[in-house]
Amino acid sequence: MTKAPRDKRMTVDQIVGELEDGMTIGIGGWGPRRKPMALVRAILRSELEDLTIVSWGGADVGLLLRAGKVRKLVYAFVSLDSVPLEPNFQRARQAGAIPEVVELDEGMFQTGLRAAAQRLPFLPMRAGLGSDVLVNNPQLQTVTSPYDDAEELVAVPALHLDVALVHLNRADQHGNASYLGPDPYFDDLFCMAADRAYVSVEQIVDTAGLTVDTPVQRILLNRMMVAGVVETPNGAHFTTCTPDYERDEKFQKAYAAAAGGTDEDWAAFEERFLSGDEAAYQAAVRAFTEEQA
Amino acid sequence: MSDITRADVCAAAIADAFKDDGEIFASPMGMLPMLGVRLARLTSNPDLVISDGEALFLAGTPPLFAKADVVEGWIPFRKVFDVIAYGKRHVMMGATQVDRHGNQNISAIGDFAQPKRQLLGSRGAPGNTVNNRTSYWVPKHSPRVFVERVDVVSGVGPALAKQAGPAAARFNDIHRIVSNLAVFDVKGEGDTVRLLSVHPGVTVDEVREATGFELDAGDDVPTTRLPTTEELVLIREVLDPKALRHREVPVA
Repeated sequence: MTKAPRDKRMTVDQIVGELEDGMTIGIGGWGPRRKPMALVRAILRSELEDLTIVSWGGADVGLLLRAGKVRKLVYAFVSLDSVPLEPNFQRARQAGAIPEVVELDEGMFQTGLRAAAQRLPFLPMRAGLGSDVLVNNPQLQTVTSPYDDAEELVAVPALHLDVALVHLNRADQHGNASYLGPDPYFDDLFCMAADRAYVSVEQIVDTAGLTVDTPVQRILLNRMMVAGVVETPNGAHFTTCTPDYERDEKFQKAYAAAAGGTDEDWAAFEERFLSGDEAAYQAAVRAFTEEQA
Repeated sequence: MSDITRADVCAAAIADAFKDDGEIFASPMGMLPMLGVRLARLTSNPDLVISDGEALFLAGTPPLFAKADVVEGWIPFRKVFDVIAYGKRHVMMGATQVDRHGNQNISAIGDFAQPKRQLLGSRGAPGNTVNNRTSYWVPKHSPRVFVERVDVVSGVGPALAKQAGPAAARFNDIHRIVSNLAVFDVKGEGDTVRLLSVHPGVTVDEVREATGFELDAGDDVPTTRLPTTEELVLIREVLDPKALRHREVPVA
């Protein structure tokens, strides 16, 4: 029998079953773009708690906060773009409901992931100097250049992750994965900053299929970086997954209205969309879309 | 063209903020900054590099929110960070608060530990302000925006940058603050906000009243220039035929 690299296909619940209370979880994508929402929804359904979430945040962060899953949040922003302020994030912050908060500059966030991906304790950069990012995060230290310039820079600590969760357009069963939209975001960096990375995709194809009509440069994740892969069609909903689909603005509006509304509004949204499994969610979204048409 | 609106004046003032930048990446946040940058590219500074706000550099200069015609490059978020560090960029950001020393806040109102109002988060403001030229756009000038001291320092003004040391001050370059009332820089006494011009129909006293700190202003503050006929045609016929700019700065 011919030996082949191992098959890493899993279900969303198997992936979430690998997570533990208190873990540091990095979530790929950017704001309301290409977020691994099916995996986030599976966390909402789980018993997991006390998580540290590391994310350029969108509704992923808002949903996890509202479900009380987060002990510590590391972010540079949390936004839905067309709805600039994420209501669940706002609500949690204004209630003082997030025990630990680390707000970084968004470039500093990349530098921290890069340091972790390179197994370095820190990397230097200018971002943060003079700003309240250093005041509100007294754990952040500066480092002085050992060369003649002697510049004092921020020593951005490695943002090491226990687990990274990312969503791409296509993957093979081994975890090689490609993005087909305009921006890779930082999903490769998330995977390399993590002990284990799980990727959900719109479609699992055979390996040859990854490059049959697509330049090889679009393969962002190599299987070395990936522990598990799952096919979750529409799994980034309601964020973008260009070119498979764009953001579901109507749904996002309904989410934001419920999140920013009364407790009853939120309970109704939860009951309708988040009380069942991923298949039930997708069915409820289809019904919502038909209603709105 | 006697029916020049305040939004038209603001667009031209924003365009002027980018006219001497040469061949750099102009990053406007918000509608009027986008309009002003595109106006500059069609008039005073055709070398400006502009993007669709997502991942593409645009060879042409399309109207607000139109799709790209010809693309001239790729600028995903990771490369935006590269350009910030490289320095060839001028960003015009919004500001929920801006203070006497030109510090900006888009993070939170009130105490950071438990804010009265949580905003976006500091986004790229800390990095922008110590790496590349940064300007601010304020569509509704008021004492709630122009405050003595911002609640959270997201964008770093020149005084704080100098205090933080040479590595922070080296590339700190807060260029202009454009509001619906006036144009400012931060070259006032002790690195403070200084009034450069008031928009036509606005008095210096009105600006002072709408500003929550003592404003550095000379005795003879000029009036912001009116857009030229060419600029008005570009604004009205080419870049913003749907007059979206008046949603941000309403016609008085």
